[in-house]
Amino acid sequence: MTPLLSVHGLTKTYGAQIGCADVALELHPGEVLGVVGESGSGKSTLLSCMAGHLTPDAGEVVFDTRAEGPRDVLKMSEPERRMLGRTDWAFVHQNPRDGLRMGVSAGGNVGERLMAVGARHYGEIREAATDWLARVEIAETRVDDRPSTFSGGMQQRLQIARNLVTAPRLVFMDEPTGGLDVSVQARLLDLLRGLVRDLGLSAIVVTHDLAVTRLLAHRLMVMKGGRVVEAGLTDQVLDDPQHPYTQLLVSSVLQV
Amino acid sequence: MIEIDDLSKSFTLHNQGGATIPVLDGAHLAVAPGECVALTGASGSGKSTLMRMIYGNYLARSGRILIGGLDVARAAPHEIMELRRTTLGYVSQFLRVIPRVPAVEVVAEPRLAAGVDRATALAEARALLARLNLPERLWSLSPTTFSGGEQQRVNVARGFVHPYPALVLDEPTASLDGVNRDVVLTLIEEAKTRGAAIVGIFHDIGARERVCDREIDVTGFAPARVA
Amino acid sequence: MTDQHYNFAYLDEQTKRMIRRALLKAVALPGYQVPFASREMPMPYGWGTGGVQVTAATLTPDDTLKVIDQGADDTTNAVSIRKFFERTAGVATTTATAEASVIQTRHRIPEEDLTEDQILVYQVPIPEPLRFLEPRETETRKMHALEEYGAMHVKLYEDISRHGHIATAYAYPVKVEERYVMDPSPIPKFDNPKLESRALQLFGAGREHRIYALPPHTKAVSLDFDDHPFDPSKAPHPCGLCGAETSYLDEIITDDRGGRLFACSDTDFCARRRAAGHVGPALEAAL
Repeated sequence: MTPLLSVHGLTKTYGAQIGCADVALELHPGEVLGVVGESGSGKSTLLSCMAGHLTPDAGEVVFDTRAEGPRDVLKMSEPERRMLGRTDWAFVHQNPRDGLRMGVSAGGNVGERLMAVGARHYGEIREAATDWLARVEIAETRVDDRPSTFSGGMQQRLQIARNLVTAPRLVFMDEPTGGLDVSVQARLLDLLRGLVRDLGLSAIVVTHDLAVTRLLAHRLMVMKGGRVVEAGLTDQVLDDPQHPYTQLLVSSVLQV
Repeated sequence: MIEIDDLSKSFTLHNQGGATIPVLDGAHLAVAPGECVALTGASGSGKSTLMRMIYGNYLARSGRILIGGLDVARAAPHEIMELRRTTLGYVSQFLRVIPRVPAVEVVAEPRLAAGVDRATALAEARALLARLNLPERLWSLSPTTFSGGEQQRVNVARGFVHPYPALVLDEPTASLDGVNRDVVLTLIEEAKTRGAAIVGIFHDIGARERVCDREIDVTGFAPARVA
Repeated sequence: MTDQHYNFAYLDEQTKRMIRRALLKAVALPGYQVPFASREMPMPYGWGTGGVQVTAATLTPDDTLKVIDQGADDTTNAVSIRKFFERTAGVATTTATAEASVIQTRHRIPEEDLTEDQILVYQVPIPEPLRFLEPRETETRKMHALEEYGAMHVKLYEDISRHGHIATAYAYPVKVEERYVMDPSPIPKFDNPKLESRALQLFGAGREHRIYALPPHTKAVSLDFDDHPFDPSKAPHPCGLCGAETSYLDEIITDDRGGRLFACSDTDFCARRRAAGHVGPALEAAL
C-alpha cells in the first residue's frame, strides 16, 4: 500500500536553534497520526513544514497526488502547492480566527473553497454549505450569520466544515481542541472521529493533550528538542512508553 | 491461530533510577481455532502483561507473537491496526469511551470500522445489548455514567459484536450478576463454535471450567530472579 | 491661456515618460495593475490625482479634453480639473462627448458610444478588487498571479444570501480577457457592458500608485453565478427632462414634500436630446 504521505529527513533550523531535525514519518490512508511534545519540541514547526507554511532546510514531503501519484510537495511550484492546499489538503488552525473569514457569513466561509475550485452555482454552493453545517452540528438557521456571533466551539466546527467541504484526503490540525472548554472538546473530538471514519480522512494532529491523542489518533509520535524520540500505536506508546521523556510525559498527566 | 514463542518482556523505569523490572521470559503458547485457553497465576505474575502484548498494547523485548500469520512483536503500527480491525478483538476490564458517545455507538464502532453499513451495525449492536440485558433506555446514553456492571456489558458487547477469529478476554465476567455471566459465557461458547481462538483471564473458577479447554500457568514464564 | 510657469500639463517630462511606460505595460497586460511612482498633485487624494496624472501623460497640445464627474460636466470636481488643464496645458476643452479626444471621468461611462479615436481616463479610489477580503498586498498580488479568484465570488455570495440578489451596484468586478479580475472603479454596474468599448480606457489610482488599462475591444465579463446572472439594472423610469428610456438616471429630490425627479446623469447626453426636441414627462408637466 502506498503511503498517502511520507516524510524523510525533514529539518528546519532557526539560526543555531533547531526547529525540527531529521524527522521521518509515514501516513497511510485513513490513519490519524498524533504528534505530541511540550512547547518548543518542534511539533508545530514540523506541521508548518509539511503543510507548506514554512520552507524546511532539508528533507522531502512526498504526497500521493490523485493525478500523478507520489510527488515531493517541496519541489512543486507554488501554484501547484497552493492548489493542493485548497483541494486535497486542509489545515485546521488552533484559533478559528486564523482559519475563518470573520466578516463573511458561515455559508460564505464554507462555500469559499468550492468557489475557489470553480463552483459557480449559488443554489448548489449554498446547499453544500448548509449540508456541511448540519454535519458539524450547526443549525441551518445560522447559515447567514457571521462567525463572530458564534461560540468558540461553533467557530471551530465551522472551520472544520470549511476545510472538509472539498473532500480533502489529508487534514493537518494544530491543537484543534486547544482553547475550548472540556465539554466542548469532547463534542469536537467525537465529531472529528466520526468524520475521519466516515470520510476515510487521514490526519496529522499536533497537540500537547495526551487525552486528545488517545481518543483521536491511531498512532503517536513523541517529539522533544526537535527530534522524534518515540513512535508507535497510540495505546502502546501511552501504556508502555519506552523513552524516558515519554515516560515522564505520560506520568505527568493528572488523573481525574 | 495464536502462537507465542520465546517471548520476553521487561519494563525499564527511566524516571525511577532506570530500574529494570523483568516480567516474562521464554513465554510460549499456542491456541488453535475454536480453542479457549485460560491464563492463570498469582497477581503480578504477568497474565495481563502477556495479554496486552498479544494485543500489541505492550512491546515485546524479544520473541514472537504470531496471530493469523502476523508477528505482532515486529509488525508495523498500521499492520497491527489492520489486525485489530479484522482479526483480533479485546475485552478489557475497563471501558474507555468518549463522553457524549451513546452506548449503542460504542458497541457498533468495531463493525463500522470493519466497513459494515451503519444501519446494520447499529441493529447488531442493539441486538447484542438486548441479549446482555442492558436496559434499552441506556442505549442512547454515554456509558461514562453507567455502573460497573453496565459498563462491563457494553465492553463485552463491543468485543463480541464483530466475529473476530482471535479474542483476548480480560476478566469478561467480572462485576456481572449470574444471569449476565451466563450470557457472556454463552457468547464465548458461540465464538469458539464459529472457530475463534481465545486467550483469557478468568478469576471466576466456574466460568473457567465451563468455557476453557486448557489452563496455562504464567508463573512458569517468570524470569529467573537474580540472587 | 497657458500658464508659462508650468511644464505642459503640469508634470515634468520625465514623470510623464515614467507614467507612459506604466501605461504601455498596462495596455500590454489588460486588467493587470501596474505600480507607478505617483506624484503629489495640487489637489487632495480622492479628487482624482490618479486620473489627472494619467490625463497629463496622455494629453498632446492638439487634444480636446472633456471632464465629467458622475456624468456631469458642471460639478466642482469636473470644472476644477478642466480648468487645471486649460491653465497648465492650454488644450481645448469641451462638454460634448463626441468632440473630445480625451475624457477624464469619475464614476461614469458616457452614454454615447465612444470611438477608436478616444481615450477614457478613470479616477480610481481603490484599484484592488480583492482588498475587501485580503488586506495584504503581497497576498493579493499572489492571488492575481495564480488566478486564485474564488474569494471574489464570496462577496457576490454574501450579497445574494443577504439580499436575495447580487446587491453590488457599483464597482462591480469584471474578469478581463479571462485572466485578471479588475475593479472598473465605482461606475454603476449599469455601465459594465460599456467596458467592452472601441475606445482605449485607462485607469489611474493616485493614492494607491496603480495604473491599469482596457485596450479597445477588450473582453470584460462581469462576475456572476449560473443561477444569478449579471443584471445591469437601472431605475424603471424615463428621464424626466429628455424622456430617454435607456440612460442611467440620477434621482433628484425637488422639494421637501417627497417630490423627486429622475434625470440622465450624463448631462451632455440629456442636453443634446433636449436640443433635438425630446421632452421628458417632468419637463412636459412644467410647460
